[in-house]
Amino acid sequence: MSLIAEQLLNGLQLGLMLFLLAAGLTLVFGIMDMINLAHGSLYMIGAYLAAALTGASGSFLLGLAGAVVGTAMVGVALEMTLLRRLYRRSHLAQVLATFAVILIANEIVRMIWGNQPIMLNTPVALSGPAELGAFRYPAYRLVVIGAGLAIALLLGLLVAKTRAGMWVRAGASDREMAEVMGVDTRTLFTLVFALGAALCAVAGALLGPLLAVQVGMGENILILAFVVITIGGIGSIRGALLGSLLVGLVDTAGRAFLPFLFRQLFPATVASEAGPAVASMLIYMLMAAVLYFRPTGLFPARG
Amino acid sequence: MQGTLYIALRPWPTLAVVAVLALLPLAAAAVDQPFYVVFATRVLIYALIASSLNLLIGYGGMVSFGHAAFVGAGAYTVAMLMPAGIVSAWLLWPAALLAGALLAFLIGAISLRTRGVYFIMITLAFAQMAYYLVLSLRVLGSDDGLTLGARPSLGLLDLNRDATFYYVALAILLAALLAMRALLNAPLGRALQGIRDNETRMEAIGFPTYRLKLLVFVVAGAAAGLGGGLLASLNGLVGPNLLNWTQSGLLMIMVILGGAGRLLGGALGAVVLLCAEEAIAEHTIHWPLGIGVVLLAVVLFAPEGLSGLMRRHRAGT
Repeated sequence: MSLIAEQLLNGLQLGLMLFLLAAGLTLVFGIMDMINLAHGSLYMIGAYLAAALTGASGSFLLGLAGAVVGTAMVGVALEMTLLRRLYRRSHLAQVLATFAVILIANEIVRMIWGNQPIMLNTPVALSGPAELGAFRYPAYRLVVIGAGLAIALLLGLLVAKTRAGMWVRAGASDREMAEVMGVDTRTLFTLVFALGAALCAVAGALLGPLLAVQVGMGENILILAFVVITIGGIGSIRGALLGSLLVGLVDTAGRAFLPFLFRQLFPATVASEAGPAVASMLIYMLMAAVLYFRPTGLFPARG
Repeated sequence: MQGTLYIALRPWPTLAVVAVLALLPLAAAAVDQPFYVVFATRVLIYALIASSLNLLIGYGGMVSFGHAAFVGAGAYTVAMLMPAGIVSAWLLWPAALLAGALLAFLIGAISLRTRGVYFIMITLAFAQMAYYLVLSLRVLGSDDGLTLGARPSLGLLDLNRDATFYYVALAILLAALLAMRALLNAPLGRALQGIRDNETRMEAIGFPTYRLKLLVFVVAGAAAGLGGGLLASLNGLVGPNLLNWTQSGLLMIMVILGGAGRLLGGALGAVVLLCAEEAIAEHTIHWPLGIGVVLLAVVLFAPEGLSGLMRRHRAGT
């Protein structure tokens, strides 16, 4: 029983962190029709800044805050110098340019911090387990879940209830019409990009103590974030949240329970190979199935 | 009357390029750098693979982000059959080609139901499934990959000689490019480009767009499978990295860099990217930085890729 609860919490935690990345990605994609492969690089930069600033200041919170501000500034600089020129170009040009940004960002990080992964420690106060009724769960992971939930809620309110959120939704469903109605999309784009970068930094800083902070950490999670927004429907925050939780839970549950399930169903030799294989393919099967039945994702933003 | 879509064969520049390529192993021998022959062979094989992707991206408007899966299918087919006692390239390479075609048929039949960005993502999904399958199956060597032991045999030609392998790869690439030109100049190629520009209209006129796209997808998958088989034969080993999404990305970068929708776009992109990598890597360990800057410059200053840039230069505009 406690195993299932623990895996559910792990899945929730992965899903919420994916949401932080997917939210920015889906907005940039939905509003600006821009494929930004460099989103994973912002996550990496956020994690490195958090690790460096935490090390320098001795406080995880200061490191987190500094990483958020610093990454948002990097994001704005990137948007104003490069990405702004690409909005009206083809998807292929965007892929090429942002792939180039990945290469450049990776090398700059490698020049500054070297090739070896660097440490970002769990804050001391949260390093122990928390008692949750009958079972124990790492306190830090609980805090990550709480932070993820709070940010998801705030973001939902921001998009659904505020005027800026209305502009964002208008831009996502029909950019030209929004421009005609007087929305300053140029500034809006920059702000959305800054917000996306800040969310990347939060995810990078929070996941830093759980995963390794290293060059290339952005690439794998980038693909997961793309899976999430494709399942959810590009441009939709609601879709991103649902997609994130779905991917987080399916991936975690698959890895935890499929090998066990397969051992019940198949001979041991088959199960020991097929279990892990299918478990790691599961979210991609999920995505292919979703696209097969709903070719534009679960909650398409454009009608 | 040769319409605007017709791809002319300019005999003299073509012959000049082929002559230079044919003399390359001799030049490498003359300067005593035999390593470059193997490198050049790898470039030729990537030129073949990138050209097959160009057929999809540039001419069919099908932006496949999973091309590495077909390369992997071909490579692993060769790596599985070699230890089983099949050493003739006459059997191995067609088998690699068939493996690529078969996988492309399966993936294409499902993926081509979606369009645009969702097509990009669903092809990526299938390629990732193939990657994780290879990574976790012990028969396929898991993350260690498989070694071939020796190079395949090709009748009288000794593939163990690097120069011979180079000429074989060159012949295959040239044949593939000629076949691609013939296909694009044929009615099928015209229909394909029509589908790229306006699929709904082509469907309304009465073209079986889904079947045409699937056919071309399978052709491209077959060529990529053959390329994978050649790579495995050349290197003597295959690994799961061959199927990683970054490989698919790299192939896509080659096509866009060279010029999507130009006959030689894929080949040109492969040559430029791999040679730039090799040249910059000799001078600094931070070579990806240099590549990144070059790619950015291409995006900003050569919107149609390098072949578009060369064409504009020739036209004098």
